[in-house]
Amino acid sequence: MLQVKNLTKIYDGGVKALDNVTFDVPKGQFLAVIGLSGSGKSTLLRCINRLIDPTAGQILWDGEDVTAATPEEMRRIRRKIGMVFQHFNLVHRSKVITNVLGGRLGYVNPAWSLLNRFPKEDMDKAMKQLERVGIADKAQQRADELSGGQQQRVGIARALMQDPKMILADEPVASLDPVLAHSIMKHLEEINKNDGVTVLCSLHFLDLVHRYADRVIALNQGQLVFEGLPSEIDDKKFKDIYGRDAERVG
Amino acid sequence: MANNKDKKASPWKSMRVGLAFLAGIVIYAYGFEITKIDLEELRSERRQESLVRVTRALAEPDILEYEKESEFFNAPVYVTCPEGGVTADQPDTSGPYAIVTPACAEPGETVTVEGFNFYPNSSGPVRFVPGNDPTNVVELGNETAQTDAEGHFTVTLKLPDRPSEDVQFIRASMSRNVGSPKFTQTAHDTWEKIIETVFLALLATTLGTILAIPLSFIAARNLMKPVRSPLTSISFSVLGWPIGIAIGYFVVNMVSNFTAPYTSNILVNLVSVVLAPVIMTFAIRWALPEEDIAAPSLGLRIGRLATLFASALVGFFWLYQLAGLMVNSGLALEAALGSFAFLGGFLFQLGEILKVITPALGALAAGGVLGNFLGKLGQRASEKMDAGLVKTINLISSAAAGATVLGLLGWLVEWLYQIGRPAYTQSGPILVGAVLGLLLAVFTKAKDTLPTGLVIYYVTRTILNTLRSVEALVMAIVFVIAVGIGPFAGVMALGLHTIVSLAKLYSEQVESIQAGPLEAITATGANRLQTIIYAVVPQIVPPYISYTMYRWDINVRMSTIIGFVGGGGIGFLLQQNINLLNYRAASAQMIAIAVVVSLMDYISSVMREKVV
Repeated sequence: MLQVKNLTKIYDGGVKALDNVTFDVPKGQFLAVIGLSGSGKSTLLRCINRLIDPTAGQILWDGEDVTAATPEEMRRIRRKIGMVFQHFNLVHRSKVITNVLGGRLGYVNPAWSLLNRFPKEDMDKAMKQLERVGIADKAQQRADELSGGQQQRVGIARALMQDPKMILADEPVASLDPVLAHSIMKHLEEINKNDGVTVLCSLHFLDLVHRYADRVIALNQGQLVFEGLPSEIDDKKFKDIYGRDAERVG
Repeated sequence: MANNKDKKASPWKSMRVGLAFLAGIVIYAYGFEITKIDLEELRSERRQESLVRVTRALAEPDILEYEKESEFFNAPVYVTCPEGGVTADQPDTSGPYAIVTPACAEPGETVTVEGFNFYPNSSGPVRFVPGNDPTNVVELGNETAQTDAEGHFTVTLKLPDRPSEDVQFIRASMSRNVGSPKFTQTAHDTWEKIIETVFLALLATTLGTILAIPLSFIAARNLMKPVRSPLTSISFSVLGWPIGIAIGYFVVNMVSNFTAPYTSNILVNLVSVVLAPVIMTFAIRWALPEEDIAAPSLGLRIGRLATLFASALVGFFWLYQLAGLMVNSGLALEAALGSFAFLGGFLFQLGEILKVITPALGALAAGGVLGNFLGKLGQRASEKMDAGLVKTINLISSAAAGATVLGLLGWLVEWLYQIGRPAYTQSGPILVGAVLGLLLAVFTKAKDTLPTGLVIYYVTRTILNTLRSVEALVMAIVFVIAVGIGPFAGVMALGLHTIVSLAKLYSEQVESIQAGPLEAITATGANRLQTIIYAVVPQIVPPYISYTMYRWDINVRMSTIIGFVGGGGIGFLLQQNINLLNYRAASAQMIAIAVVVSLMDYISSVMREKVV
């Protein structure tokens, strides 16, 4: 159970990216976060694992106060939260398998990773995750030799390495074509349904929201403007979320 | 075009342009005056002459020489004709011979010397030998003769003012090259020094690269900016460093004393060098499990810390034994290896270096560990305790930290300038430091974090920039004083300059990496060290290699002239020969420099293509 209470983030320049946002995510839910570019979706997701420190408010996850966690507690919290990015954020010059193993860094002893050493179980596990996302044959290639869709699968495999209880997906399909988008979303759906992993996924396209999400929250200029089922987004709600001039395409 | 039409030609603007133009002319005119540009001097006959001489010498480098064989003949001549005339003996015509006509003459008169049967197509001096002694080595005159294909020459020379009644001689000596060309002594010296030059550059580059890499991380803004810690943590850490360094130095010296009796025996060395790492591996494996799923209990943590401390002791024991082994086996090898004795010497020197740096290493490691540990303790304290208590701790620890820092600075000043007044260098700074620390603690909120990373970043940057502005040649002068004339001083100077300039170039590369992977790795729960190793290092390897190559090129070039100030390498030879006006030798060295520099350029460009 993730509880976000009165979350506010004001950047150094004075930009209010999040304005008093409050919502809950029950365990195992697939929650879509929608809104225009710059509406605060990315900031929200990054506040949850404290890649960005919120200015005010509280985040509780499984009863733990994420916002008050010390660095060492944060390490233990982060390693249970996988993250998938719009631009994949793979280390280009490293091998695919190394990128996947990177998901294990929150668990392994830092002293050993100095020597670039991972336990044998982790190596096996990494191969299994690559098999799960269907690119086990690319394990020894460099990450930047892969296509966009394949890179995002590596990103998912990396998140899976963390044995996550929650996955934060920041527009995971925004830089992929529609066909690939569905294949990536299906992976996330499968992880959500089979492993019971909570997924918070920011999305651009409403058809993807209708197809995959259990519930939707919408942000507009940092404020929570909608919370409910995907089917509840009618034309009026749509204009609230995306502004007067927007037209529905999906 | 449309834009240009909109702009009005303002008289002010034209006037500004005109003024700028005038100022330019004045600046360059003054520059000509200052730099003494004088084409008249270039055209003067004296300059032309020496220019031609030097250019010719340069065109004829002193690299190859032939063995010479020579022959001579003493032709009799009377200066002032004796009474009764001269009876000329028929010379021995089987070998080289020469005839002087006339056979007698007054001083100052000109005679013709004709030579036969000399070496064909060779040259040599034809000079007057005073005194009635054909073996006399003194020769007068400045004539040279050139033989034709038959070994015949004719030359005229003026007789000197050396009248004598006895017969005197005119000596014609010819020499010619025999056999195949051989390298001159200059060539040998040049070869030796150019090798020294290349290795000087190699060592300086290696040393510089190794030390520049860690520096570049703390001189990178993007890595340091997020590092913030509460005042408690900072002041604890500041207190921990000097205490740790003192303890570390003391402990390592204890280990050293404990080890000393056992270092001289190779057998003991060997056994301990093999055994110690085994013990350490087991200990560390237990103390640092590969994965920590649950947070370890306090007792286990203390046990692990104790184990790590013990294995660190074993580690330093091992370092000393290793140094001993290197020194002993190096000495043995040096005696046994003959022409490969330098390998033994290398081992010996490495051992000595290890011995010297081990206490420093131990002190720094202990300082780092204690500083880090106390820092974490402070962090923990400021997170868990309530604000009032933290504030009190801050007031005390920050004052103590300030006093420590300024006290150490005062000690340094005392050592440097020998002021001898404790009020200025001891109690004064300690008091001021304590007050400053106190003020800092008063004006920061108890649990606020301070930008430690940025402070370290700025301090590092300032030091790097200051050192970088000192030319390597100037550093070499300092090091020549410190370690004496020779390539070692050059290595130190070039190495230091390499460290500071590479650290800057490297850190700029770190600053320009993609932030995405950094974010992704941080999100997995990796700590800073892991983030750097997995997200930063893979991205910076290619530019690091390319900058190292670039620096290598610079170092080869620099090492050719660092000898000008006594830093070793070929520059020493070059400067010496230029000062001795020995331009043919200087030319040989210049050619060697050109060849080596362009060769290294080529090799590094090939390698760069392959690697990057």
